[in-house]
Amino acid sequence: MATETLTAAATAGPAGPRRRRGGIRSNENLAGWLFVAPVIVILGLFLLLPILMALWVSLTDWNGQGSPFTGDVPFVGAHNYTQLFTEDGLARRDFMTSIRNNIYYVAIVVPAQTVLALGLALVVNNRMLKGKSFFRSAFYFPSVTSSVAISVVFLFLFANSGAVNALLGFLGIDGPEWFADSRGVLHLLFGAVGVDSPPAALADGGPFGLTWWDWLAGPSVAMISIITLVVWTTSGTFMLMFLAGLQNVPVTLDEASTLDGASRWQRFRHVTLPMIRPTTFLVLTLGMIGSWQVFDQVYVMSQGDPAKTTLTPAYLSYRTAFRDFDYGSGAAISFVLFLIIIILTLIQRRALAERDTDRPRRGLWRRRVPERS
Amino acid sequence: MAVLTDRPAAAPARRHQRAARTLATRFLGYATLVFFGLVFLYPFVIQIGNALKTEPDAAANPLSPFPDPLTLAGFERIFAGTNFPLWLGNSLLVTVLVTIGRVFFDSLAGYALARLRFRGRGGLFAAVIAVMAVPGVVLLIPKFLVLNQLGLYNSYAGLVVPLLADAAGVFIMKQFFESIPVSVEEAARIDGASIFRTFWSVVLPMAKPALITLTILSFQGSWNEFPHSLVSVQDPDLFTLPRGLADLVSGSLGKGTQYPLKLGAALLATIPVAIIFVVFQRYFVRDANDGADKG
Repeated sequence: MATETLTAAATAGPAGPRRRRGGIRSNENLAGWLFVAPVIVILGLFLLLPILMALWVSLTDWNGQGSPFTGDVPFVGAHNYTQLFTEDGLARRDFMTSIRNNIYYVAIVVPAQTVLALGLALVVNNRMLKGKSFFRSAFYFPSVTSSVAISVVFLFLFANSGAVNALLGFLGIDGPEWFADSRGVLHLLFGAVGVDSPPAALADGGPFGLTWWDWLAGPSVAMISIITLVVWTTSGTFMLMFLAGLQNVPVTLDEASTLDGASRWQRFRHVTLPMIRPTTFLVLTLGMIGSWQVFDQVYVMSQGDPAKTTLTPAYLSYRTAFRDFDYGSGAAISFVLFLIIIILTLIQRRALAERDTDRPRRGLWRRRVPERS
Repeated sequence: MAVLTDRPAAAPARRHQRAARTLATRFLGYATLVFFGLVFLYPFVIQIGNALKTEPDAAANPLSPFPDPLTLAGFERIFAGTNFPLWLGNSLLVTVLVTIGRVFFDSLAGYALARLRFRGRGGLFAAVIAVMAVPGVVLLIPKFLVLNQLGLYNSYAGLVVPLLADAAGVFIMKQFFESIPVSVEEAARIDGASIFRTFWSVVLPMAKPALITLTILSFQGSWNEFPHSLVSVQDPDLFTLPRGLADLVSGSLGKGTQYPLKLGAALLATIPVAIIFVVFQRYFVRDANDGADKG
């Protein structure tokens, strides 16, 4: 209690109680700025300034020669952006392909890692089991390792003569050549029911220069191996978040519902799940934000191949700039990606505010969570 | 009430039933734990086993963790046939410098934002929060542009300086400083200690847990950092471990898959973080939950 008041007094700001020692105030003003100066300089110079520079470059056709900030560099206005959306051509086709790939990637990764993380958290949170902390660490360990090193391991696991295909072999399944297989999973499913080539209605005329048939390809077999890797590495982190959420569910509530005769599923569905709803929302949005940033794994495992089916906007932006030396287009792609992620972040920040309902200062949000009563 | 009245008659049967169900639950629980324990750890077991195999053996028995015959040929080639020692040196240098920089600069800024009253503090803190939301992957081209413009491209400075401070670290330190009582500092200040002195000799020693957390996070983050090295250097002499590893995989080895070598190199790159994870586990766990708080 005493601590709280002291902290409150110290952070109260201009409106708070004045200290008796007058001279210290101006002293603190200077010291404050000196203390934050290194961070301001570094973040300003290597984060904010470069974003503005890239914004400029995205309006030019700079090819990497010389400085982009001289009069010699052709200014093209919004052309780098319009060619991603409205002009038919390779740039738009590649960009839309990368968007399609990433949408399928998000659609599988986010639900899979959320369900897996919640499942693991429920098991690890079970009071009747021993040795939980060992398993908790084991599940979390992949999250802290280097994305490059782990990608190397998964390249081996998914190699033609690798562990995954050996495992499938035990089950009598002839595994695919994972990283050479550009067939879309949905196309394979259509093929299984006899639709091998696009029906006339889907053969052309889809939005943004891709045919409907292309949009409906699903993630390629190669992408599935990257998806597996990512779900495997991220679930541990989200498991810890769910664990923190589960520990806030009062044991008495669970016991009360048991006495009322609720089955385990009913308890999960009507007690646990509503109680951890804010955490779930948080995990879902954080997962979406992260899934639009997949880069390292693509770089190491597939470089966008086979047949551009593992191309993602993040990797495409890198490749366009640093391999094709079209920095303007590359920067434009990364700003479109930035926009997607910022929108998701704003949604997530709202979710966070909602989760903090029990803090009295955020009373505004309380009304939005009717379950908490 | 109904529960109470029918309890005497049904009790033994129900107790029996419950005991059986508890047993079944436990069995199922352990089975799940073991199954997923294998899913999450076996890839590392395979990695270790295959790093010690010959190439034909790794191709023929990828699932087996036991090398037959056991050989260190892969590791010998890592040290003799690749630039691994150089990458290791670069990674160590970058990691140590970045970690020192982050711990120092982030705690300075965190302290100022938590305790010192200066004009613009609120705005600065809002900026820190905003910066945390900037996704690293959209900064690839921007970072290259600024390093190029400043003449830092392809230099150690380019590898290190942009990483010397991070918004998330500032946030962690600010939160921590706000949680410790202000009275000790006030006493030091009344005794005439300067602001920096108070921070350095009174506050920092109390912030040990947060400093350890930040050290570990910075170490892990900069040791594993890949995209930054991709856009800040091109010279193979400046490659860090992840960069060198990615280069190995993308074909600088020439012919053959050479999986034992690649797995061995990846293993060596993983070991430092693995050791730190085992020793300082609770700090990692705390971080993940802080992550939930700060988003």
